[in-house]
Amino acid sequence: MSLLEIEKLSLTIGGTPILRDVELSVAPGEVMGLVGESGSGKSMTALTVMQLLPWAARATGRVTFDGIDILAASEDQMCALRGDDIGMVFQEPMTALNPVKTIGEQVAEGIRWHTRASRADAEQRARKMLDRVGLPAAQFPLSRYPHELSGGQRQRVVIAIACALKPKLLIADEPTTALDVVLQAQILDLLRDLVAENRMGLLLISHDLAVVTEMADRITILRHGEVMEAGDTARTLSEQLHPYTRQLAQASMHLPARARTHDSGSAKPLLQVANVTRDYPGRRISLLKPAAPIRAVDDVSFSMAPGQSVALVGRSGCGKSTLARMVLALDKPTAGTIRFRGDTLTGKSEAELKPARRDMQVVFQDPYGSFDPRQKVERLVAEPLHVLEKKPAPAARREMVAHALHEVGLSPKDMDKYPHEFSGGQRQRLSIARAIITRPKLVVADEPVSALDVSIRAQILDLFAELNQKLGIAYLFITHDLTVARAITDEVMVMHDGKIVERGRTSEVLDHPQSEAAKALVAAAPDLHRAIAKRLQEQG
Amino acid sequence: MTAYLLKRLAIAVVTLVLASMVVFAVLEIIPGDPARLMLGLNASADQIELLRSQMGLNAPVVLRYLHWAGGLLSLDFGRSYTYSVPVIDLVRERLVVSLPLALMALALSTVIAIPVGLFSASRRGRAGDTIAMGAAQLGVAVPNFWFALMLIYLFAVWLRLVPGGGFPGWSAGVWPALKSLLLPAVALALPQAAILARVTRSALIEVLNEDYIRTARAKGLPYRLVLWRHALRNAMIPVVTILGLQFAFLLAGTIIIENVFYLPGLGRLVFQAINQRDLIVVESVVMLLVAAVIVVNFVVDLSYAVVDPRLRGRQ
Repeated sequence: MSLLEIEKLSLTIGGTPILRDVELSVAPGEVMGLVGESGSGKSMTALTVMQLLPWAARATGRVTFDGIDILAASEDQMCALRGDDIGMVFQEPMTALNPVKTIGEQVAEGIRWHTRASRADAEQRARKMLDRVGLPAAQFPLSRYPHELSGGQRQRVVIAIACALKPKLLIADEPTTALDVVLQAQILDLLRDLVAENRMGLLLISHDLAVVTEMADRITILRHGEVMEAGDTARTLSEQLHPYTRQLAQASMHLPARARTHDSGSAKPLLQVANVTRDYPGRRISLLKPAAPIRAVDDVSFSMAPGQSVALVGRSGCGKSTLARMVLALDKPTAGTIRFRGDTLTGKSEAELKPARRDMQVVFQDPYGSFDPRQKVERLVAEPLHVLEKKPAPAARREMVAHALHEVGLSPKDMDKYPHEFSGGQRQRLSIARAIITRPKLVVADEPVSALDVSIRAQILDLFAELNQKLGIAYLFITHDLTVARAITDEVMVMHDGKIVERGRTSEVLDHPQSEAAKALVAAAPDLHRAIAKRLQEQG
Repeated sequence: MTAYLLKRLAIAVVTLVLASMVVFAVLEIIPGDPARLMLGLNASADQIELLRSQMGLNAPVVLRYLHWAGGLLSLDFGRSYTYSVPVIDLVRERLVVSLPLALMALALSTVIAIPVGLFSASRRGRAGDTIAMGAAQLGVAVPNFWFALMLIYLFAVWLRLVPGGGFPGWSAGVWPALKSLLLPAVALALPQAAILARVTRSALIEVLNEDYIRTARAKGLPYRLVLWRHALRNAMIPVVTILGLQFAFLLAGTIIIENVFYLPGLGRLVFQAINQRDLIVVESVVMLLVAAVIVVNFVVDLSYAVVDPRLRGRQ
């Protein structure tokens, strides 16, 4: 007997078809993985079950939960189900909690509403639930506000809200996408335990095949609103009968072809970072005593050779982005020196930095946020040209932009478009075009592919590899994703609590990590090969 | 929290001191000799000179400022040039009309605007929203004296429920006094409510797109409760800001309404004082309003911290 049964579900929003004939079921105690790329309709399927769709959405077909026809249910019936029998966890823990209410209020609210329990009783149950999700009373009293918690802790609160009344079905929509791998592993463990404890059904939505493979008994693969393939996880992914399944699996494990690798130490170093420390003013506790500073980067030294590709990996908050900002001379070290092509960057004025700025560029994580939506591509891509000594004439500028666009696989005709006319992957190509237009020697890339779908991500990684070979650009890749590090870098530096704790050849570090921090990262990183092998082994 | 409070308080005090200097300086620059004005056209130069020294107008500017500012602190605003009574008495007389009027108008405006804003935001783009926001547009566009005239016609002339103007004084009893302030308060509140409703609506719409609203709905709370418990408080910051600005306006910017209803309020006092070059009255009332605005802003800043716990830790 299925707990949730979706039959021939079709959905349109304002006339645009979103889902077509989707079939899916979840049994009690079962984990169903729903996989697909962005825009494939995963979240809309979940919101249909919750009946939290936008106003203009029209759903047809049949959705049955525990014998109740969801599509025909009244809003009152749905309110009784939501938060009681069906819980939901969302992707973005940083914004999923109300900033003006304490975590206690937020967990207790649903309990009070559904059970009509008194405030004291509800708070007691909320306390138990928070203990259960790993937020003990001593550190996390009910009176804490969301902004006092980290992303992983907030996601635990969201899970506590969703599971407070022991729902029969939990829908988790990309619950770990915004978290680093170690936190991801912890949250996935928690979800797995909650499923086992309460025989809860779990509909796990993710774009990450490895995560789903580790978690799900069965999977459903969605593309453009249609189910491509569905079945037992291990069998579906090991046989890869459907071409799209194969494509997804290959893209997740994609390694770009890299003809030669670069070693450090051979040539004159491109970048030398010596004993760099960065302190931030801490939070003042007393009016009289100065606050103790927070040390984000602690006595870091390393160097990079020209053309070398180095990954800087570590958990969120370990100081990797602060270090990158200092390398880019966007932030000043509290102590230590940074030399780029032999010149000291630290302590120089903006005018003196100009020559160095020409030779280093940056690619950011979010291809949506890093472009001014009101400017045309030509101006956006040409932006770094102002650091050139001689500004190119308009015709020459167009020529340079066209060339850069061509190099990243876009058409020179795209120059007159606006950023919103491009897809996420194309926008990341634009930001790469912007980065390489000055022919830099170093590109710092801060999580450049973590916002992208697997197939797009494979293409962008290929592009990075190609530009590295062709133009000899050195990369400093900042990432928490070890598969990215493995795909594109020669060396890995592992950062932990502001320090670099391990450095070595990429395959060496990832296969035989020495430090605790590196071991934790490697152990937590989801790996599709490993996950499939483990599943097959379990099933005999 | 203490640090936030102290910093806001310091800002308020510094602003008050700077504002007092500006007010004093502006009235120093404006041409017109109060002594000459008080004595009339036929006064001799000696008489004027005598009065000037009596009034302390010949002292150096810094001393006069300090004397004046010191007086303000002890609520000694000096004597009116034209009425020859202490300014504080004039102000007090008017404040007992203007302050209740402003508070009533503010309360009315809030009581109207927030439910309308909630209603519109929750029905965004649908008929109810369009009608409510159309009405709000009208409320912003139509001047309040026109509302005042319509209200007088309807409730005073036609229905004869309330007086059409004048103020009997609080000595005549609380109810008759309140009754005479009712129509002016409504006339003042309507345009303010229209603005506030629009601000509430747009603040709410922004908040309703937030992820935590979805979290609240996923808990099973009905939409109405989500609006009241989760959306409204988060939307309060812009609403409270506008309320603070409106209060300052309602305290003194009501001269037209005061004229329509024959109310002896602060607005009319300032207007008359300006006409008669009774600069000391103008100075005092302006300072009083500046102080009121600063105090209201301070309260608004405090209410931000009450609404949003994230501000409490900041300095």
